[in-house]
Amino acid sequence: MVTYGKGLRPLSIVTAILLAGGLALALFYAPIDADQGFRQKIFYIHVPMAITAMGGFIAGGIAGIMYLRTEEAKWDLRSYTWIHQALILALGALITGSIWAKTAWGHWWVWDEPTLVSFLIVFLLYCTYQPLRFSIEDRDKQSRYAAVFAITAGAFVPLNFMAVRMAQSLSHPRVLATSEGGLPPEMQLPFYTMIVAMILLFVTLSKYEMASKNARAQIRTLRRRMGGDEGPQRRSAAPSLPATTPTSPS
Amino acid sequence: MRHAVAALLRKEAALELRTPQVIPAMALFSVITYVVFHFGLKRNQLEGDLASGVLWVTILFAAMLGIARLFVSDREEGGFDAFLLAPVDRTAMFVAKAISMFAYLVLVQVIAIPAFVILLLGPTPDGTQALNLVAVLALADVGIAVVGTLVGALSVQTRARDLIVPMLALPLLVPVIIGAARASAPLLALHATALPGKWLAVLALYDLVFGLLAYGVFDYLVED
Repeated sequence: MVTYGKGLRPLSIVTAILLAGGLALALFYAPIDADQGFRQKIFYIHVPMAITAMGGFIAGGIAGIMYLRTEEAKWDLRSYTWIHQALILALGALITGSIWAKTAWGHWWVWDEPTLVSFLIVFLLYCTYQPLRFSIEDRDKQSRYAAVFAITAGAFVPLNFMAVRMAQSLSHPRVLATSEGGLPPEMQLPFYTMIVAMILLFVTLSKYEMASKNARAQIRTLRRRMGGDEGPQRRSAAPSLPATTPTSPS
Repeated sequence: MRHAVAALLRKEAALELRTPQVIPAMALFSVITYVVFHFGLKRNQLEGDLASGVLWVTILFAAMLGIARLFVSDREEGGFDAFLLAPVDRTAMFVAKAISMFAYLVLVQVIAIPAFVILLLGPTPDGTQALNLVAVLALADVGIAVVGTLVGALSVQTRARDLIVPMLALPLLVPVIIGAARASAPLLALHATALPGKWLAVLALYDLVFGLLAYGVFDYLVED
């Protein structure tokens, strides 16, 4: 049996500390950007969110490949959870990016901004992930088709970025590309701390979600074991876990 | 493999010839969309960027109709079951469906492109421009056919098929629209300039990547 709750408490504490520490560093330690002023601070949240979301989408695609190869339910659950969490972070990145665009350029949305636009396209594509799962009733088929979607969309992410970037002028600040020369050390520390903190947040939240899904599956199995009512079986987009045997009462 | 693909293609052709459904619907949809654009934009003639945009949005939306119907008869009339009983490679179905989707698009464009030139396009393209446009159309059609086959197979087993198809296919085809619209804009302009080669390269790369990807994952969509 797979246990998802293991190590969750220390992980949560480390994540909280790093997140708070990274934010404190970004706000109080990092110097105010000479060119952009205070609004540059939003990058300490925006860029880590965007990077983690992209990583999450691609990880979801890799989990999809693993599911198709192994047919193990845990890979389906991972793919589902990672894409779910990445979608939330992507929404956060879109909102923070939009806020920055409003303060920097005076518009909430700027079309000649390749990274923002391709992010929106990727976000819209992944928004279909849950509806697709939800509208397939057969559980095996749901997992298999979701994996195919995750792989296709994962491969689409870099291709889309390339096409959109070619179509527009480069005006998005390149944070990482110039990090060697451009980002001073006082900014590098909070920036990298925030990236690590955001990745940890992603991992922690994913673990919480998987633990919760797993617990629900076990409760259902126990209810069935007791001969009681399983409760209403709702159709769901979430992957179903196999009926595990939690500490069998003999 | 080749025999299986040929047999499947014959089946598709026979189906569409006996009861023409998809191609007339797509062609009619294209023409009525031009009319809608005429009133929506309040323009009698288009050129350049705008002409290219209208043309490609119309082609893309017409393709949605074809994608949504691509696997319906196989699901409803037992084509999948019969295919799975046959001792052939499952990839044959992907190849056959992608070729039929490509053929649908080409046949629709044989009607829809002249209609566009007559109804909306300001400057009439000369020989070289027309040839260049055909190259752009061919590359974009391959991309639409490949992704359309994948999306069609993904969505045909869902209950909300007609809702899923555009939601999946439109974002996935955004790079095709970017490449095709940018490549054909100078060809449809009043003072036509040379075909920008880099957009053809983008389309070709897209076709290659998604062709290989769809070829790899399609098997998983026709199990059971």
